[in-house]
Amino acid sequence: MLKEDKLYKIWVYLQAEPLFWITLTLGAYLVGDYLYKKSKLNPLVNPVAISILIVSSALLMLDVSYDRYFNGAKFIHFMLGPATVALAIPIYEKKNLILKEIKPIIFSIFLGIPFAILVTFYLAKFFNLNQDIILTMIPRNVTAPIAMGISELIGGIPSLTAIITIITGIIGASLGTFALNIFKIKDMSARGFGFGLASHGIGTARAMSKNKTAGVFAALAMGLSGIATSIFVLIIIKFIF
Amino acid sequence: MLRSLFIIFFFQLLGEAIQKFFEINIPGPVIGLILLLLVFIFFIKNASPFRKIKKEISETSHQIINYLSLLFVPIGVGVVMHINYLGDNLFKILAIIIIGTLSTLVFVAYVMEKIINLEKNNAKRR
Repeated sequence: MLKEDKLYKIWVYLQAEPLFWITLTLGAYLVGDYLYKKSKLNPLVNPVAISILIVSSALLMLDVSYDRYFNGAKFIHFMLGPATVALAIPIYEKKNLILKEIKPIIFSIFLGIPFAILVTFYLAKFFNLNQDIILTMIPRNVTAPIAMGISELIGGIPSLTAIITIITGIIGASLGTFALNIFKIKDMSARGFGFGLASHGIGTARAMSKNKTAGVFAALAMGLSGIATSIFVLIIIKFIF
Repeated sequence: MLRSLFIIFFFQLLGEAIQKFFEINIPGPVIGLILLLLVFIFFIKNASPFRKIKKEISETSHQIINYLSLLFVPIGVGVVMHINYLGDNLFKILAIIIIGTLSTLVFVAYVMEKIINLEKNNAKRR
């Protein structure tokens, strides 16, 4: 009895500290990454999805709230900003390749962004969703902070947009490879560009892990589509609503 | 390592400040990315005083990017914990995400590959 009491006290102490949740997240990621590498980078064995499932199950089993978890995990989350800045380096290192394909890049942005917005809009209309949910979904293909900003601007619900955006990233990263293979698209820069435009950072992480050129074009597409979507959305919305 | 981390953080800080100052819709880190890229392209030539720090930033950046996936786990857990916010629309929303994301991905990659090949053929003919 006394011993159990002590263990409980230790647990109460530890779960209130960030260390426990940071360690859990790192451990879950190591498992996810191990399985991903073991599967020879099979996209279905997505390391992000696996880590998320491990951590969420742990939280549900231990009956710990997300706020408590995030209080620790925010130290990992924090590095997303610097990591975004760091993407400048691989882009810089491939600048000659990017300049060579500058025309395809511009065309793909100008055709791809309207396509992304309209396909979401018409699918949502088809499924009879309310207007506020449609507006919430529209910016889902860009990186979460931009998506939330756009969502707020056009009258969506930013927190829901964040959820939908993350799911979009995971779907793109885990199923995208199969879709591209079905349509026999082989060019690495084109594949990467699609990943970055359709599924932002999580898609970019997948592309980076598979092929450097694809990763660089994904990072580029993620940045460009974030900027282009902020502008295009306002124009397109005037026409469709 | 420390020097390059400082520079990366500093550029993010600069990006955040610019974003707040001009009230632009682009997140601070993306502005930081653009600034760092511009500095690398226009100011840091291979001249000797910068060569070492350039190499250092490059190494640190690649190390951080290697763990890009890990950094999405904390918000991803939030998605699972708050999935009930999507309510009755959950399955419709999932269907839209799957069809929408994959069609966009294929469309963009297809268009880009077509244009790249067109350019290659043009170049050959010349």
